[in-house]
Amino acid sequence: MDLDLMISSFPKLLNATLITLKLLSVSLVVGLILGILFSIMRINKNPIINKFAYGYSYFFRGTPLLVQIFIIYFGLGQLEFIRSSFLWIFLKEPYWCAIIAFSLNTGAYTSEILRSAFETIKPGLIEAGKSLGIQSKIIFFKIQIPIAIRQSLPAYGNEIILMLKGTSLASTVTLMDLTGVAKYIISTTFKPIEVFIVAGGIYLFLTFLIHNLIKFLEKKYSF
Amino acid sequence: MELLAFGKTGWGDELFIATLMTLAVSITAILIGFLFALIFTPLKLSKNKFLNLIANCYTTVIRGVPELLVIYLFFFGGSGAVMFVASIFGYNDYIEINAFITGSFAIGIISGAYSTEVFRGAIQSIDKGQFEASKVLGLKKPIHFFKVIMPQMLRLALPNLSNVWQITLKDTSLISVTGLVEIMRQSYIAAGSTRDPLFFYSFAAVLYLLLTFISMKLINRLEIKYSRGY
Repeated sequence: MDLDLMISSFPKLLNATLITLKLLSVSLVVGLILGILFSIMRINKNPIINKFAYGYSYFFRGTPLLVQIFIIYFGLGQLEFIRSSFLWIFLKEPYWCAIIAFSLNTGAYTSEILRSAFETIKPGLIEAGKSLGIQSKIIFFKIQIPIAIRQSLPAYGNEIILMLKGTSLASTVTLMDLTGVAKYIISTTFKPIEVFIVAGGIYLFLTFLIHNLIKFLEKKYSF
Repeated sequence: MELLAFGKTGWGDELFIATLMTLAVSITAILIGFLFALIFTPLKLSKNKFLNLIANCYTTVIRGVPELLVIYLFFFGGSGAVMFVASIFGYNDYIEINAFITGSFAIGIISGAYSTEVFRGAIQSIDKGQFEASKVLGLKKPIHFFKVIMPQMLRLALPNLSNVWQITLKDTSLISVTGLVEIMRQSYIAAGSTRDPLFFYSFAAVLYLLLTFISMKLINRLEIKYSRGY
């Protein structure tokens, strides 16, 4: 055990944690918006809209996240019309590529979580709203969405933790996130166990925080 | 399409072999995972607090730490650990472990944590009467486990095990960072030498989709087979 290395690498790893958290929070926000949009498309009765949303979630859940990042980071730059469009401002940066890939990925999982939450809402609640003469828009926003959010909290908490672990793949496209810096320190000092304990400890601490936050929210919104 | 031709002109045969490699790693990894689950599930269910703690540490740490970090630990620390064990037995030469073994061990330990949770849940949801009945009948422990508990547990665990299989299959793409030539690594090599990353990575995605699609079909069949009589 090399305690000095563990102490000296801690600030560096903590600094890198900021990038991990930035990646996580931005992609979770974008992913949640995508997830809501696609879950609404999934419960739509139009078969084309429905199939499109299904295909999206099938693709992003059936392929590894690594492939998705590589397609976006290495692949899209090959197309001439993307290079000449405004999208290139984002797609030439590994940071934005990682965020795009993470958002699309978590969006697919979130849409599945929300869809199953929408499906478990008892039809009686919607019928009650209808028979009270409430507009269907208001039924959707005031009855269906709050119930669906509560229903999907436990599963969404798992998704946040999976996404936290997913951000480690940003290190494969040259971003120095927590895993990236950990790998750099390991490959320069050849002390894998010490660095793993510190970096793994930070990840575990974050998982612990997310887990408890979700537990707190579940309690707060239980009925 | 020329890019995918078999033989010297295209990458078809290389990618085919790489797909087989991905399958081989996934199967080895999930079997190693079952082995770990076989050790840790009894610990999780035991009444001894200390054994409980060990099993909980295993599943919490592995499920809370990124897969990539675990793979780096094995990649950089694997041969060191083996050499340390060998030095106890008086063998002091340099030992190099190949990427296949490191990779499938790393993924196996990860998938073992998920399998442990699945088996624990399945055993806990078996009716208590089943345990009591086989005790009352005086069945020996191995028969009790293999003939009474195991078949019921497998039926309950199968749907979740198919999730574990999907996770394991997708996690093997991360082994490409250690240089093992599976789908991702082969696509990386092909993309580099043809300057056509979009095509090869998209093709890799198609290969993964195919693998998940086919394995889902097979697992569905198994589920039907095991739910006979229910």
